[in-house]
Amino acid sequence: MIKVVDLHKSFGKLQVLKGITTTIAQGEVVAIIGPSGSGKSTFLRCLNLLEEPTKGKIWIGDQEITNRKTDIMKVRQNVGMVFQHFHLFPHMTVLENLTYAPMKVKGIAKAEAEAKGMELLRKVGLAEKANEYPNRLSGGQKQRVAIARALAMSPEVMLFDEPTSALDPEMVKEVLEVMKSLAHTGMTMAIVTHEMGFAREVADRVLFLDGGQLVEDAPPSEFFAAPKSKRAQEFLEKML
Amino acid sequence: MGFGVNLNFSQFVPSIPFILEGVLVTLKIVALAALLGFALGVILALFKIGRMKVLTWFADAYTSVFRGTPLVLQLMIIYFGLPQIIGFEIEAFPAAVIAFGLNSAAYISEIIRAGIMAVDKGQREAAMALGIPYKSMMRDIILPQAFKNILPALVNEFITLTKESAVVTVIGAMDIMRRAYIVGGEKYAFFEPLLIAGVIYYILVMILTLLGKAVEGRMRKSD
Repeated sequence: MIKVVDLHKSFGKLQVLKGITTTIAQGEVVAIIGPSGSGKSTFLRCLNLLEEPTKGKIWIGDQEITNRKTDIMKVRQNVGMVFQHFHLFPHMTVLENLTYAPMKVKGIAKAEAEAKGMELLRKVGLAEKANEYPNRLSGGQKQRVAIARALAMSPEVMLFDEPTSALDPEMVKEVLEVMKSLAHTGMTMAIVTHEMGFAREVADRVLFLDGGQLVEDAPPSEFFAAPKSKRAQEFLEKML
Repeated sequence: MGFGVNLNFSQFVPSIPFILEGVLVTLKIVALAALLGFALGVILALFKIGRMKVLTWFADAYTSVFRGTPLVLQLMIIYFGLPQIIGFEIEAFPAAVIAFGLNSAAYISEIIRAGIMAVDKGQREAAMALGIPYKSMMRDIILPQAFKNILPALVNEFITLTKESAVVTVIGAMDIMRRAYIVGGEKYAFFEPLLIAGVIYYILVMILTLLGKAVEGRMRKSD
């Protein structure tokens, strides 16, 4: 589903990613963890070209998105993204946030987009907020709407960039629950997270990044029980 | 000879309707110039934030020239100077609209540019991540948020435009100012008609201010 080969990314002289190679299979849920500054967010943002790789290749499905001829807008329609700070459109109601892109980008009729939007809002437990503006919602509610907004485009892949890091502790759970049920539907998911418990429970694989390199790639049971590298051991000691 | 105040408003009462007719002229010039300035201002602002270096350079140069020279000079160049080049006369009214429109475009483009820059860059990223094309993103997501923030500055610009429009007097457009001046000339007394003109301008500006507040209130509904 996702194939990454020798991915490099530099910001000026700062090398953030130093050659990452991995694959994520269809339906797989991958947790990307690592210390801050390890390049995990940059890695995720390369997967929908919010950051342009300096070197290396990425395939989503059978499309090489790093090829200049690929229509990246088309690819992005198929790759949902959820941000740390939600980035809901504040001048649109919750439902409009969900229907805007499907209508504008995919040309879906309003009634159909709204029906689908309401269905998604029910799934994330926020149907009664459909006509509210985002500023009236709590952080956890905003993030659930943001997940629903991404799902409204019917993507095949979902990227999560620290989806619970900006939330008050009591709101983390409601967002993780939504993500967990999404994982059970067979969605392909790549999640940058600091929630070790969630990674252990939900992820099929853990990618541990440090210093711009993929240091470990293992199932959570192995990774959390017996990390092979010293850097992962140190990291886990601090986290757990 | 005393220095006593020697004002006589009653002799100007019959001239008030004549001066008031200028309100329509002033409003027409201001409204059309504001539309022109706003449309051009949006385009110039998009040039300034865009990736095309040539367009950015052009928009910056445009702003620099129109902010760096007097408005009355720009007006006179268009009205008195331009016919030399294009070979036909321009009426005072279109000349005024063009001069004020071009001039305020420079200021408005700066206001809009700042407004766009102030929109959280996450909004842009969210739109990009959804595959929303640049044009739709600007029109439906970035600009509406930018306008909400810059509305007070825009209203301010339109108020300035309303007051500055009085310089069309120099090219003979029959606006409030010109009419007051004519009436003064007829009666050899300028204080009273100019004061009347001042009151009219002040009322116009107050109406604009109130309209601005009303629009602002409506746009804040999502807060």
